[in-house]
Amino acid sequence: MFFEQLLFFVAGAGAIGGALGVVLLRNPFYSVLALVAHLISLAILFLLLTAAFLAAAQVVVYAGAVMVLYVFVVAYVGGTDDELLPRPAGVAALVGPLFAAALLIELTIAVVGSGLSALDSRGAEVGAGFGSPGAIGDALLNKYLLAFEAASFLLLIAAVGAVVLARKRRGLQEPADAISVADVVRHQPPAAGTQKEAIG
Amino acid sequence: MDIGWFVVLSAFIFCIGAAGVMTRRSPLVILLCLELMLNAGNLALIAFSRMVGNHEGQVFALIVMVVAACEVVIGLGIIVAMYRRRLAIDVDDMAELRG
Repeated sequence: MFFEQLLFFVAGAGAIGGALGVVLLRNPFYSVLALVAHLISLAILFLLLTAAFLAAAQVVVYAGAVMVLYVFVVAYVGGTDDELLPRPAGVAALVGPLFAAALLIELTIAVVGSGLSALDSRGAEVGAGFGSPGAIGDALLNKYLLAFEAASFLLLIAAVGAVVLARKRRGLQEPADAISVADVVRHQPPAAGTQKEAIG
Repeated sequence: MDIGWFVVLSAFIFCIGAAGVMTRRSPLVILLCLELMLNAGNLALIAFSRMVGNHEGQVFALIVMVVAACEVVIGLGIIVAMYRRRLAIDVDDMAELRG
């Protein structure tokens, strides 16, 4: 019990610190690294919530694959430092933080004033296999097959879209020296035995 | 730990991400902040899944991860295309997406 609370506060501090790092660090490269720390902290929180498969997927897919993609693009584009504060100084600069603060107050009111009594409990009693890959796969392939297929289709569309977006602009045009059928027919030598000569 | 702690933590992360989307100007960092918001939603979904005691919230979170991956791929593709065309990597200068 004590160990669980300790783990929650350590991972929670890591998650909040990583999130603040993403927003506050000026170099985009450091922002990406802060997001990796944030994602790993979240995976620990998922483990505390007995979502073992999602914790593994978070580390492997998110902190692994997606973040490598980010690092490559940051290295390609060049991590240009941008100023933290927006250019329109004055009242317009305060709109973003004020909006976030208002959102936080509203969400806090929603959580505190929630009528869900189960929020103050440790959750329902679950068996040992809760959140295991087998249980998730069973739910995904038996009950949510349509969502599963739609997700695979969405991934296909995204992959094709990324290839189309990132290609060189002249990449798919025909080269200038391509030969066409008309060129071949025009330069036919006489008495070559074509069908056209046979017909006359 | 009580489920409420996780939900409050998720609210904090969501607000930090929202503040980042509103204040930063580089589209790369804005995408990162969108990831923060999606992950806060994931944490809330998994917390509620634990509270109710069935797997539906976890399946939802998995689908959210897929959608986030697609969004990242398309967003980074747009950023690379902007860089190729020597456009400024700045959302204030990007008012339209026409090629």
